Amino acid sequence: MSTIFDLGQPGRNAAAQCAGPDGEALAGLPEAALRTAAPALPEVSELQAVRHYTNLSAKNFSIDGQFYPLGSCTMKYNPRGAHRAASLPGFLGRHPLAPERASQGFMGCLFALQEILKEVTGMAAVSLTPMAGAQGEFAGVAMIRAYHRARGDLERHEILTPDAAHGTNPATAVMCGYTVREVAVDGNGDVDLDALKAAVGPQTAGLMMTNPSTCGVFERQVVQIAQVVHDAGGLLYYDGANLNAILGKVRPADMGFDVLHLNLHKTFATPHGGGGPGAGPVGVGERLLPHLPVPVVARNEDGYRWLTEDDIPGTIGRLSAFAGNAGILLRALAYALMLGRAGMDRVSDFAVLNAAYLATRLKAAGFELAYPNRAATHEFILTLAANAKAHGVSAMDFAKRLLDFGIHAPTTYFPLLVPECFLIEPTETECREELDRFVDAMTAIAEEAERDPENLRTAPHNLPVGRLDDVKAARDLKLRWMPG
Amino acid sequence: MPFIPHTPADEQAMLEQVGVDSIAALFAEIPAELRMGDSPALTHGEAMSEMAMLRWMGERAEQDAGLICFAGAGCYDHHVPAAVWDIAGRGEFMTAYTPYQAEASQGTLQLVFEYQSMMCALTAMDASNASVYDGASGLAEAILMAVRKAARKSRSRRVLMAETLHPHYRDAARNIVTNQGVEIETLPMAEGRCDLQRLPGDAPLAAVVVQQPNFFGLLEDVDRLTDWAKGQGATVVGVVNPLTLSVLKPPGQWGESGADIACGDGQPFGAPMSSGGPSFGFICAKAALTRQLPGRIIGQTEDASGRVGYSLTLQAREQHIRRGKATSNICTNQGLLVTAAAVHMALMGAKGLAAAASASRANTLRLVERLTAVKGVRQLFPGPCFHECALALPRPAGEVLDALLDRGILGGVSLTKHFPELGNALLVCATEKRSDNEIDAYAKALNSVIAG
Repeated sequence: MSTIFDLGQPGRNAAAQCAGPDGEALAGLPEAALRTAAPALPEVSELQAVRHYTNLSAKNFSIDGQFYPLGSCTMKYNPRGAHRAASLPGFLGRHPLAPERASQGFMGCLFALQEILKEVTGMAAVSLTPMAGAQGEFAGVAMIRAYHRARGDLERHEILTPDAAHGTNPATAVMCGYTVREVAVDGNGDVDLDALKAAVGPQTAGLMMTNPSTCGVFERQVVQIAQVVHDAGGLLYYDGANLNAILGKVRPADMGFDVLHLNLHKTFATPHGGGGPGAGPVGVGERLLPHLPVPVVARNEDGYRWLTEDDIPGTIGRLSAFAGNAGILLRALAYALMLGRAGMDRVSDFAVLNAAYLATRLKAAGFELAYPNRAATHEFILTLAANAKAHGVSAMDFAKRLLDFGIHAPTTYFPLLVPECFLIEPTETECREELDRFVDAMTAIAEEAERDPENLRTAPHNLPVGRLDDVKAARDLKLRWMPG
Repeated sequence: MPFIPHTPADEQAMLEQVGVDSIAALFAEIPAELRMGDSPALTHGEAMSEMAMLRWMGERAEQDAGLICFAGAGCYDHHVPAAVWDIAGRGEFMTAYTPYQAEASQGTLQLVFEYQSMMCALTAMDASNASVYDGASGLAEAILMAVRKAARKSRSRRVLMAETLHPHYRDAARNIVTNQGVEIETLPMAEGRCDLQRLPGDAPLAAVVVQQPNFFGLLEDVDRLTDWAKGQGATVVGVVNPLTLSVLKPPGQWGESGADIACGDGQPFGAPMSSGGPSFGFICAKAALTRQLPGRIIGQTEDASGRVGYSLTLQAREQHIRRGKATSNICTNQGLLVTAAAVHMALMGAKGLAAAASASRANTLRLVERLTAVKGVRQLFPGPCFHECALALPRPAGEVLDALLDRGILGGVSLTKHFPELGNALLVCATEKRSDNEIDAYAKALNSVIAG
């Protein structure tokens, strides 16, 4: 399909979008500061632009269009009501630096969300400002660092992560100035407790982990893990990527975690937007309260007010220009209000039921579960290693062929320690018929792998393009449009 | 059950298939002592219908609504073409995931490729990433790019940052990069602009950061600053408002050989103010720095039959591949705002963007003329401003802003907290959306506030 640039003609533009004659107000600016040639932007009519991007949108899979069982990403339905709420003119029109007196409605919403997140996590306080999970991780580890420093404990230079951890965990630790040591996970998907005991010491600043783990199973020894880390003087970080499995059932604070982030674009149903925005609020226990990132909303008898560096002198400070992804926070609040108290633990009830049902049916259909002796959580792992060996078709080939069935592929090749794996997370918002359709598609593909493996290796066949050459993309770098 | 489709019969049949007799049994691996006894005691209570939720949220939205906005400082009340969010709000864009499965994500991928192309054109750079969180955190990433580059040469971890940079950007960038042992020094200002008489000598610098137009809306001598910084072996990072690049010299052309990195906030391109987020941060760079860029980058490629397609590329920079050795920990970015920005730029074109920038400047000049006619109010700094301007007031800015609120006007941003040495100073902005009547209303209100 042509690019928007190819559609243009010199001199064409969307005249209704011109606010006035250009150039007249530039008088008085030094010549040297001005642009000498207009930027090469598209020159199209309004209809051309609208039609082009509408047609492009049709080339996307999305939750609205397709089942999207992408493990660890929690692709649940994004309620339109939440989108509508965040798009109310009073919210969209609020300037971030409007005085508190003119911001009580918005601040009241943020305060309500802070309270809800405290209640579902058991933490002492929440700051909503981190703009995605990885920024929440950054905030959390920066707080761990600030905590040790405030105590004069300057020797702790290492963060531990299970070797199956999300890539953001080690990347975050490094961004916070730490070295990373990985701890092995055993054959049942649990952290190897002996390896952990051998790894901790006076150099340990903390351990980052998620629970359920990235292996799709509940880490049963979490209390012992917390004990080992705390005894060594380290703190425990909870990566909230998998909170959907335990929402309303178990609070991370009760598992011994000192600090956490939540992915509101997962657990709280805000849209993924083709890559973002998300929101990654952080929660802390008592020990990290003095280091919470600002701004935070507080309530007193006069109403709501911002807490800043002046109120929290030990804060790790602000991490963005304003107060984070406000619009996403409002969507998450709207979702929480529609769930209500009883709706919270129903999320994990049905997320886990759907995963358990899908795992059971796939196993019955002949697929191999990576952890057959463990209960599925909100997600589970299949290994297609046997299919790969027998028919020369990889998990990637299965994934691409699934796309032809109108189903988005599960997460592939993560965690790395399970060969040829699919990490499958159906979420609670899918109905049983959709899960059955997934089993049917997987079964059909497995049969096809025996009969015609080449058809898998060359999949997809029914999409706008066939399998793309990633090597060429990286070798012959073409990162922007160039005229003909 | 909101958003859960299961009927009691579904639930029963599914439990039977799994071989357990209750949903509770599915959680048997969780140690009993960890489990909450009851549902979380949410203070907000019972579930609301969509209608009730919209009423509840609507009351709060309404509470803050209706002010005429003369505040800028990094977030601007620009017109957003109606088509922008009709397109960006389509479920096909809004509810898609990161385009890891390229063949099922060509819509998002081609759009971001087009976005990258537009941003390169605006900034006169060679490569753009697919966005970072916002302008402030993006600046931190740009600094870390420069420090990684310096690690191969001067090994300097010193960064010189203009005092005229947005103070929140300075704070956020410092909070992020100092964890990696980066030292931030400040290039002081004189009369609201970088003081070229006080450029530091001696020790090597990894980066020099300058904002154009600067926080006060003034134009810096970016050519001289760039040439000087390059002479020091530093990477030049330009923090820019992308709308102004429709008329101002792009960072890639500053000085003899151009800045190395252009970054900033994309909010003026299709993002409503929305309390400052979500917007998006952009980072564009010269070719030599392409592999230091953080986050996602889209490349053009083809399939086996030669059809053109797009995919994520240079992924070996990223955390999901490189883990602790990645260029950044960023994973989720601000994709949907990039979608809006691409549509915005396509609709506006170079001509429409220049018109909006120019009309914003015209309104700001008119506003400043009217406000400085009020007794005791004057322009704080000499020299032309772009579409923001700092004013000196005869009374504390906070008091004046408070009194203006009673008249339905958000009169700007007080500079007292970050620049107490400037006295009673206020930063004002009038975008192309402000009408003559609104500007008049502000002038009258200010007059009555100051006279009163």
